[in-house]
Amino acid sequence: MAWPRKPPHLAEGLAALTLLPVLAGLAGTVVLAWSGNGIAALAVSPGLARSAALSFGTGLAATVLATSLALLIIGALAGTPGFSPLRRLLSPLLALPHAAAALGLAFLFVPSGWIARALSPWATGWTVPPDLMILNDPYGISLTLGLAAKEVPFLLLMALAVWPQMDAPRRLMLAASLGHGRITSFAFAVLPALARNLRLPIHAVLAYSMTSVEMALVLGPTLPAPLAVQVLRWTQAPGLADQPKAAAGGLLLLALVIGAIALCEATARLLSHLLTHLAASGHRATRLDAPGRGFARTAAIGMAAGLFAGQAGLLLWSVAGLWPFPRVLPQNVSLDVWTRAMGALTGALANTAALGVLVTALSLCLGLALLQSAGTKLSAPLTAAIYLPLLIPQITLMPGLAALLLRLGTGFVWPAVILGHMAFVLPYVLLSLTGPWHSLDPRLPQIAASLGASPARIFWRLRLPMLLPAVLSAAALGFAVSIGQYLPTLLLSGGRIPTLTTEALALASGGNHRLIGAFSVLQMALPAVGFLVALILPRVIFAHRKGMLSP
Amino acid sequence: MSLQLDHLSITLHGKPLAALNITVLPGQPVTLMAPSGTGKSTVLAAIAGALDPAFRASGRVILNGRDVTGLPTHARHIGLLFQDAILFPHLSVGQNLGFALPPGPNRHVRVEAALEEVDLKGFGSRDPATLSGGQAARVALMRSLLAQPQALLLDEPFAKLDTALRQQIRDLVFEKTRAMPVILVTHDDEDARAAQGPVLTPMGLPL
Repeated sequence: MAWPRKPPHLAEGLAALTLLPVLAGLAGTVVLAWSGNGIAALAVSPGLARSAALSFGTGLAATVLATSLALLIIGALAGTPGFSPLRRLLSPLLALPHAAAALGLAFLFVPSGWIARALSPWATGWTVPPDLMILNDPYGISLTLGLAAKEVPFLLLMALAVWPQMDAPRRLMLAASLGHGRITSFAFAVLPALARNLRLPIHAVLAYSMTSVEMALVLGPTLPAPLAVQVLRWTQAPGLADQPKAAAGGLLLLALVIGAIALCEATARLLSHLLTHLAASGHRATRLDAPGRGFARTAAIGMAAGLFAGQAGLLLWSVAGLWPFPRVLPQNVSLDVWTRAMGALTGALANTAALGVLVTALSLCLGLALLQSAGTKLSAPLTAAIYLPLLIPQITLMPGLAALLLRLGTGFVWPAVILGHMAFVLPYVLLSLTGPWHSLDPRLPQIAASLGASPARIFWRLRLPMLLPAVLSAAALGFAVSIGQYLPTLLLSGGRIPTLTTEALALASGGNHRLIGAFSVLQMALPAVGFLVALILPRVIFAHRKGMLSP
Repeated sequence: MSLQLDHLSITLHGKPLAALNITVLPGQPVTLMAPSGTGKSTVLAAIAGALDPAFRASGRVILNGRDVTGLPTHARHIGLLFQDAILFPHLSVGQNLGFALPPGPNRHVRVEAALEEVDLKGFGSRDPATLSGGQAARVALMRSLLAQPQALLLDEPFAKLDTALRQQIRDLVFEKTRAMPVILVTHDDEDARAAQGPVLTPMGLPL
């Protein structure tokens, strides 16, 4: 008899389980759009073409901008002396929820924001905030820039995760030894391999940017709004009349995302041919190095400074007393808003933390069980389970999931929201865990088994402790993703579970800067605590184990 | 004690990589020699029960008269030593040895005795990352032996050691494993000579 035998299909079963909310949501949305004549209602919806074009255009432009900047930063600067501080500067931005980033940028750029204050009246002559439409511009420029700034750190860290696996430093050195400058060394020797590894993260950024509600609500155009925001409004409309239209709108967004991904792939193929042609032409282009480095450094610092300044602005607003225009700093500080809103803040904080902890713990358990049962290779269903939820827009699934929930009744609110969060947290937990899980030297478990250790003992005594830093990082990322969830929380709970994110965004349309500041500060502080624990705990536990602390 | 490879054959996409029909006895290590990438380590993985599913194998692995072919690695009682010591980095040296030791009394004393046996007395609390190559190799050997294997597979275990250390560790390994069947994989003539047993290719041809 031939051996080894194929393992049982436990992993595939678990993968199917993780896909359940996504498939249920998608099926629900399709049924809703079809049965309620939603497509016809959508077709005659005023401003549809403009909304769809805005979603497509801003999403695509933000993705192109974020990808170009991330590649330029890593290409021009990785391995140079200034890169480590830059990396440390950009890493915390990954923990920043999109809503907090958008609100922070809004506070910076609104006509009464910090930038206008810093320039007034000495440079602008303004003594009152000008009547300018800087944010919510009709072309979605501020939305595009905000999305790009928030996604650059994500793409950069994804690229850095595969950087050593691709042997990038030696590829760069080899190309340089052949007379190539830094930019062409990167473009010809590293980029082709890097681009293959970045395909999925870029598609995820594209799908998110085209369908983001959180950032579009704060920074996007309003008349008409991008399609995702329109779909949200139809979903939330009183009565159920607009639900089929919302479902059809969600499906239209999905079709747009698929089209944009196809366009992205075709362009990537074209660029790859162009790059191959240029590489063979022998061009060194060393003159590009200095300006490339300068631009990359300026862009990275500018972006990080913008996002950090926005968060500092939120913090300051939350404790600001009187703060008339054009003063750069408030006249006095006070904790009034914190005291007055204590009840709402602590309630939202408790809900957010409880949801985050529960969802992260469940996602970690499921993710680890999935990896443990999958063996050495990821099967196609498993890969789909990991990646599919990152590519299907949340707003496409929500009308279907909300309709299904309505049939189940109100008793399922918490389980439904937990399940809804898990659909989007689990992929990130798995993405974060899969690399470290598979990079563990396969001889370690083999040695342990030869010493008589059972698979369970190997998991608990070896894999789990050895992967503790990665598990904690995955947990911190999952926690941050859960905290940032807006649509699943809002729509699956019907507004019955207020969280920091839903409350901050609900306040965004009003003018209470102080209260928005207070909610946003907690919204960014909570994931930061998670990442801090993930960073510090392994250093404490393995303080005397050098082999566990090396990169 | 014996380790019998009963018509063990391994293929990859239909291409034969190994074909062995041998019995290994204590004190007569069998050495498998061949250039890199020709399937030597794959043979050891098959014997240990850790063959990658991409390969197909047939035949039987019989240890002391017991057919272990269908058993998982941890139930086979076959030890493994690689060219790297592969100590578990999150455990101390003593805990590494304790991991291998079957449950029983006086564990601490037995770990200490094992360390003393290889001139590493007092190293129990040390971080494995602070050991020299030779020290780590000795700990790895004692860890394998503490699990009380009934056979040992050596996958180029001396390849990364310098010349002086290589001789010393090689002597130690063969001295400590004299009482059990051993299969050594190497492409070093000196290792093969030191093993003092038959030398074969993975296809079972004598060299």
